[in-house]
Amino acid sequence: MRENSENLEEAVSIRAADKVFNPDSDNEVQALLGINLDIKEGDFISLIGPSGCGKSTLLRLIADLLVPTAGQVKVFGKTANQARLDQDYGMVFQHSGLFDWRDVSANIELPLELKGWSKADRQARSREMLELVRLEEFKDHYPRQLSGGMQQRVSIARALSFEPRLLLMDEPFGALDEMTREHMQVELLRIWRETGTTVVFVTHSIPEAAFLSSKVVVLSPRPGRIHSEITVDLGDRTDQTRQDPKFFQATTEVREALRAVEAG
Amino acid sequence: MKNRRTAFVLPPVLVGIIGLALWEGAVTVFEIKEFLLPKPSSIWARLIEEWGVLRHATWETGKIAISGLLIGILLGVLLALITNRFKVLNDGLTPFAIAINATPIVALAPIFNVWFGLTGTFSNQAVVIAVVFFPVFINTAKGLNEVHPNEIELMHSYASGDWTILREVRIPNALPFFANSLRLAAPLSVIAAIVAEYFGGPQDRIGNVITSSAGFAKYDVAWAAIAMASGLGLLLFGSALVTERLSMPWRISGDIKDN
Repeated sequence: MRENSENLEEAVSIRAADKVFNPDSDNEVQALLGINLDIKEGDFISLIGPSGCGKSTLLRLIADLLVPTAGQVKVFGKTANQARLDQDYGMVFQHSGLFDWRDVSANIELPLELKGWSKADRQARSREMLELVRLEEFKDHYPRQLSGGMQQRVSIARALSFEPRLLLMDEPFGALDEMTREHMQVELLRIWRETGTTVVFVTHSIPEAAFLSSKVVVLSPRPGRIHSEITVDLGDRTDQTRQDPKFFQATTEVREALRAVEAG
Repeated sequence: MKNRRTAFVLPPVLVGIIGLALWEGAVTVFEIKEFLLPKPSSIWARLIEEWGVLRHATWETGKIAISGLLIGILLGVLLALITNRFKVLNDGLTPFAIAINATPIVALAPIFNVWFGLTGTFSNQAVVIAVVFFPVFINTAKGLNEVHPNEIELMHSYASGDWTILREVRIPNALPFFANSLRLAAPLSVIAAIVAEYFGGPQDRIGNVITSSAGFAKYDVAWAAIAMASGLGLLLFGSALVTERLSMPWRISGDIKDN
């Protein structure tokens, strides 16, 4: 066990991973090339880059929704496939993926239902989750009765309902208006602090990446490679942090990295 | 709620009453011949007078329409589920189903008489089944297929297999598509049954009452039979709507969204 202790604190470890779509055909695309990435437990990592850089593909390799063409992806020391089967991660998409036919509680309870939890346990947990995302009074509403921001909060509650140690988010706030978006970022940080979950967050927004992350991973396109990793330390963040010179400095650093990427 | 329901029901009822009054008035004022267009009041009188025959005819035609509708739905849904499991089948069959659906299937009624015989009711029922089957199959298959890719990825993230995805995502997703096809198919089933009866089968049905009354210049009886047929069509359409409401409670409350 002792020897493994160093491995155990790696939430995600990717070694020399390549991803090729439609190999050996006319529309072969090298989506990712030689990716090495380590994510420590408790980290908040953003993946950012121009479109076509493979950031969503990289997220899906971690989620085992896609299989790498070469290389290795480990999640909590296991193969990504085993981690998916063990449901070690929760996932949130830009399109909330809430089911129209389930009310808010039933949406949150879906993964618990699939795991065979009893009704009483499910209800108790969905109440806790609704409290966490501050939507207690909307438990009987259907998704279509909620605003976009509220839908994403339900989606986060659902992803965290079975207490996974890893949360994978694919541009979750991409469809929200700016004010809702900033509010959701503060909310997400609060949830991250309260639950201690490791987060991998795909975004194309520079301020969003800088505000949320402990580390911003910048990718370059065609083929997708890791260009640089920028460590950010803004401490406890509130809406005031957005006026902080340290935040300005962090966004500038990310922006410059992205310009370097664009310049090729 | 009560007020909203009244507001919903009142306009069509008013329009209906005014329409019937105008019809009655126009026939009287312009002295339209009864064989061209009888007055609503004479149609009503005939409906009462011939009630025994008409009720029996409607009942028999209704049985064919409803049984054909149910069998057509069952077959359509079954084939949609099967083709959803096998992509090749789906890709191969759908274009043909759409092409056949675009042809007027009731035109096949005389052919069905040759295939299935004139003695029983199956030829007529087969026309109804065919008319119902295609829209139900096409729409249900579409609903089972057109699931947002994120929703499938989400289910994979829960380590769910194809059956769980079918039960939790595809079938509920297909319900509104299925309901749309039902709204289309329910009145179609009555039309198909009656048109099929024009071409043969037992002689005590709505279709035969309409043709024979018209043949003997009893146009008001023909009109009374048409009124019964449209009542039957409305009844089935109404049942389709009620089924839709009951099976999808989330759709009714869907309108309150505030953003």
